[in-house]
Amino acid sequence: MTSILGAPNAVAIAFFLLFIALSLGITVWASRKTRTTEHFYAAGRSVTAFQNGLALAGDYMSAASFLGIAGLVALSGFDGLIYSIGWLVGWPIVMFLIAEPLRNLGRFTFADVLAARLAQTPIRIAAAIGSLAVISFYLIAQMVGAGNLIRLLFGLPYEAAVVIVGAVMLAYVLFGGMIATTWVQIIKAVLLLGGATLMAGLVLLQFSFNPLALFEKASSTYGASVLAPGRQVTDPIDAVSLGLALMLGTAGLPHILMRFYTVRDARTARTSVGYATACIGFFYLLTFVLGFGAMVSVGREAITKIDAGGNMAAPLLAEVLGGPGFLGFIAAVAFATILAVVAGLTLSGAATLSHDLWVSVWRGAHADEREQLVVARVATVLLAALSIVLGIAFKGQNVAYMVGLAFAIAASANFPALVLAIFWPRLTTTGACLSMLTGTVSTLTLIWLSPTIQIDILKHADALVPLRNPGIITIPLSFAVAILVSVLRPVASEARRFAELERQLHVGVE
Amino acid sequence: MTPTPAPTDTTHALEAVSAARWRVAISLTIAMMVAYFGFILLVAFNKPLLGSILVPGLSLGMLLGALVIVAAWVLTWIYVRWANTHYDASVDRLRQ
Repeated sequence: MTSILGAPNAVAIAFFLLFIALSLGITVWASRKTRTTEHFYAAGRSVTAFQNGLALAGDYMSAASFLGIAGLVALSGFDGLIYSIGWLVGWPIVMFLIAEPLRNLGRFTFADVLAARLAQTPIRIAAAIGSLAVISFYLIAQMVGAGNLIRLLFGLPYEAAVVIVGAVMLAYVLFGGMIATTWVQIIKAVLLLGGATLMAGLVLLQFSFNPLALFEKASSTYGASVLAPGRQVTDPIDAVSLGLALMLGTAGLPHILMRFYTVRDARTARTSVGYATACIGFFYLLTFVLGFGAMVSVGREAITKIDAGGNMAAPLLAEVLGGPGFLGFIAAVAFATILAVVAGLTLSGAATLSHDLWVSVWRGAHADEREQLVVARVATVLLAALSIVLGIAFKGQNVAYMVGLAFAIAASANFPALVLAIFWPRLTTTGACLSMLTGTVSTLTLIWLSPTIQIDILKHADALVPLRNPGIITIPLSFAVAILVSVLRPVASEARRFAELERQLHVGVE
Repeated sequence: MTPTPAPTDTTHALEAVSAARWRVAISLTIAMMVAYFGFILLVAFNKPLLGSILVPGLSLGMLLGALVIVAAWVLTWIYVRWANTHYDASVDRLRQ
């Protein structure tokens, strides 16, 4: 087939401008309501459970997971399913271990939970290092992805795409804070879920709504191997390691955790995770249908001809199903998807820089509302500028591993300290700080020494560490550091502080 | 009917709520991990088994994969139900 992909598409641009106009309109409205830090970081804690469920889904489902998984399924069949499942299974963990205690113990960032029972200054600095590492790698991956995608989808130059994404995201966060970010994420989630459902419906329509008939068609065209595990998982240790990072990393992503502060109470936070889990699971089931649909209706050759990685499978499928109009709609949805994710990331980075570092550490919590808001906005501008610069600096680089790296750091640096702070009375400040630093440093070191960097990127003959995914070493390591240090040098006053907080953990602030 | 509880009773009640909360949280977390890593290990160690076709168009691996997603839903639902009925009631009693 010949595709109009890559040429400027009037429908895509119209849908895109419509989305920008709508979201900027919401930003203007949100900016009038954003008067305090409570509004800027936490949307006035007035988001409902259903809204937050959608916003969580919008914050989490990245263009990489939409276009990437559909592409992976289209090219390798079953193996794509392994990823879809990996992106979902962290949500029950967030629900069981983190969401409610986090809401009850903190105000704006997950570091609040640690700081509530341990020594403010060292804990916030250590947590900020892990958070900023996660946010930076995640942002780089999103910005580079955005540049490539938009070039393919709209025919815009890479640099222009990166600057547009950075500037629009800056407008949302700078003026509208969490209120605008929340609504952008809700709209994006509705568009993405609606678009994917419509597309999957159109695919299944050809198979009288029987997905098995679709899979059978795929296996009769490309062989039964598309329904069986293939080359994606070869090394069992690496597979488990990746799984651990995806599962536990979700529960350590600063921009996801921050969303739990936007609701009224722990109960609402709980219900919102329920909605998010339902939406995200449904979405990943859909990507599976979309991937097979693209394999059958578009064909593998046509997909790899446009993009060797298969990332254009879903947009091409939209074109086959509904012509240039539908392609334009899906392209605009992919753009909206990127904007919603980078806005959430930037806001959580701003919260780390201003709330955790400037206000709590540097100013010893003696900053008035006005100063806090100014600092938060300055931090937002810095982060947006940084993300544009990094997005352009990493042009043409293979950054696919960076999302995995972000999850690995989140799982190794943030998750162990956070979960121990919630569960374990004996955790000490030193234990938690060393655990977070160990998690960050060991993950970065192991990734640097891994085949991903040494062989694939630096083109060396071999790598010092055979693992591509470090989680299986770094996650237990940071748990061990936290526990050993806390047990070897116990601090009685910190254990007593935990006992004092235990009531708040369940009941909330009274 | 119920007299104002003495401080020890409150502490006791709090400990009971904590213990129940963590028991449920840990059990469900382990269940999710077993389901997910069980699937991953099968993918890693027994590819032919997962490739076996159950009915035309459906392999065992695809069925199990979809079941892991369903398991995530069901476990989440179990937690929400437990929390809405038991945990919330205990927390409300703590509040009084």
